[in-house]
Amino acid sequence: MHAEKEIHFRDAAAKALLDPQLRANFRRAMDGLITKRKAQFPDPRDLQDLRDLSTAIRSRSLLCLPELLEQLEASCTKNGIKVHWAETCEQANQLILGILQAKGAKTLVKGKSMVSEEMHLNAFLESKGIEALESDLGEYIIQLDGETPSHIIMPAIHKNKDQIARQFSQKIKDAKYTEDVDELTAMARKVLRQKFLDADAGLSGVNFAVAETGTLCLVENEGNGRMSTHVPPVHIAVMGLEKVVAQLEDVAPLYAILTRSATGQAVSTYFNLITGPRGAGEKDGPQEVHLVILDNGRSRIYADPQLRATLRCIRCGACMNHCPVYTRVGGHAYEAIYPGPIGKILTPQMEGVGVRHDLIHGSSLCGACGEVCPVEIPIPEILVRLRREATHDDMASTVAGKGTGRTATEDWAWRLWAGVTKRPALYRVATWFATRFGKALPASAPLIKNWTQSRTKPVPARRSLSERMRAEGASHE
Amino acid sequence: MSSPNSSAAESRTAILGRLRAAGESGPLPPLDTAVLERRQWPAVERATRLRKGMEAVHTEFLEATPADWPAVVRAFCEREGLRNLLYGPTSEAGAALAAAWAPGGPQLKPYDRPVEAFKQELFGDIDAGFTGTVGGVAETGGLLLLPGPAEPRLMSLVPPVHIALLRASTIQDSFWSAVKALGWGRALPPNALMISGPSKTADIEQTLAYGVHGPKRLIVVLVDDLK
Repeated sequence: MHAEKEIHFRDAAAKALLDPQLRANFRRAMDGLITKRKAQFPDPRDLQDLRDLSTAIRSRSLLCLPELLEQLEASCTKNGIKVHWAETCEQANQLILGILQAKGAKTLVKGKSMVSEEMHLNAFLESKGIEALESDLGEYIIQLDGETPSHIIMPAIHKNKDQIARQFSQKIKDAKYTEDVDELTAMARKVLRQKFLDADAGLSGVNFAVAETGTLCLVENEGNGRMSTHVPPVHIAVMGLEKVVAQLEDVAPLYAILTRSATGQAVSTYFNLITGPRGAGEKDGPQEVHLVILDNGRSRIYADPQLRATLRCIRCGACMNHCPVYTRVGGHAYEAIYPGPIGKILTPQMEGVGVRHDLIHGSSLCGACGEVCPVEIPIPEILVRLRREATHDDMASTVAGKGTGRTATEDWAWRLWAGVTKRPALYRVATWFATRFGKALPASAPLIKNWTQSRTKPVPARRSLSERMRAEGASHE
Repeated sequence: MSSPNSSAAESRTAILGRLRAAGESGPLPPLDTAVLERRQWPAVERATRLRKGMEAVHTEFLEATPADWPAVVRAFCEREGLRNLLYGPTSEAGAALAAAWAPGGPQLKPYDRPVEAFKQELFGDIDAGFTGTVGGVAETGGLLLLPGPAEPRLMSLVPPVHIALLRASTIQDSFWSAVKALGWGRALPPNALMISGPSKTADIEQTLAYGVHGPKRLIVVLVDDLK
């Protein structure tokens, strides 16, 4: 049992709720995304069929995960892609550093990758004297301010254009102040084009990895992903080990449901399939392609039959867009790489259910996330399971930090409750006091405070039910 | 201390060991692909659908016949005042374009050397790139490209305008049916690509802006070869 822990999310959420600018920025963005997604699924039968198929494909892939990873490695190796395995983020960072140092690389230009966020790769490389520059426009914007993504698809969604205009005029050399989105975009284009041209290496994530052909699939709209993977002489791709599917045919429905769920697009601007470095006779493309496969707690999640569903995730962000909590507090309040509903189940499983107890409870269990999830991850059920795991260590499970989320106050309260309810005389005395003097208890009393900070204190009945039944008798109406 | 290579090999063994220890593979759930098979259209409708889908994301279309498409490309370049057009001299479409290209006016520039000797010019001096396609996707709109020795990868990415030649007869119903028809599922060259429009972003207030990193304009020369 651990001592009382600070609940980060509750405080951060309360603070976020008081920021009208932040709330307006998220509300506008999330309403837009919800509407656009809905327009992409006009036929409920098509949607359900596509979800069922996508769920089945992801489930099948996970069922054969070790075999598919070995097949992916063999196919990639045959294609000339070097495959590396990392159990931890630290190992993955060292691997990447090793690849860059072997090439004498000083600058790395990055396409969007949530796994690299998980690794805190940018900070690590900066500490080793290598510049890691984000090139996705949203990621570029937040990197200029030293921030982290507030949404996995739209990382800078917490900012509005006035804020970005001010930031660009201060931080980009020779930039004039403008709130015109096209002009702001053009400024970033100019800066980043030169960076693509000069970069010693490029890095990307992986949306899907195909075991049969050894292909890395990248979904994007901007073209920065293609720039990062095709212009520099070295391309390093990083992926969580769950990203593999058996064959390219499996990718088609996943891609179809990914772009529709994520941004309400039937198709992205680019769908880039990378199956090897520059081939014989090719005039461009990287000379080397590396694939880093990261575990970071995933194999532990994999070991549990119920929690394994977490790994079906294709990172579309629809659960965030539809979450009544996320849409009000935004992504930063979660203080986690993956915010929103998927983050609430993924982060505690990676970092420990005890230390991220706050996230597991930051949900009303309304079920919206589970309803929109394109691969039918039962997020609410998993949250309930993790709530129990956080305070109990009596289950035969592999959950990280199980039982460590029990606080001293909670433990004391339950012991008291058990002690009182096991002794009828004591229970009667306690209820007599509660009904007569409960009203007089201040709303700021410990335990009660947690309830009353956003609600009116309940008024106990004057007499308990059992007192009334003894006095009035029971009738069967 | 062990070298990164040996520790990566140890990681591999440990990771796969943990995944295997998680238990039997179990029966695989069946895949019902009916929802994908329903996406079918007659050939003429496929071209219309593709065009509608791609125009919705700012792709521009030029209509052409199997005989006059090089002239259509030429006329576009002149109309837009393009100084030059990058092409692949050994590709089928590139060779046909060069054969029909009259001297004077916009200059045809071959992508015929490694990018290392061409990077500055490619990024700084090329107005447009011309490529063929190996097909299209009717359901959502999209062009299928196989960049390679004849048509290098950056031709469709770096120049501000990308002109792509698409024959209507090569348009498939969906990406799924295209993967099957083109045999992509069995083997792929180092790069394959689907493109649906010019480069775009909505990262600033969800406001769409075109031409963020890749081409600002995508021009499809649609050759009607269905008759």
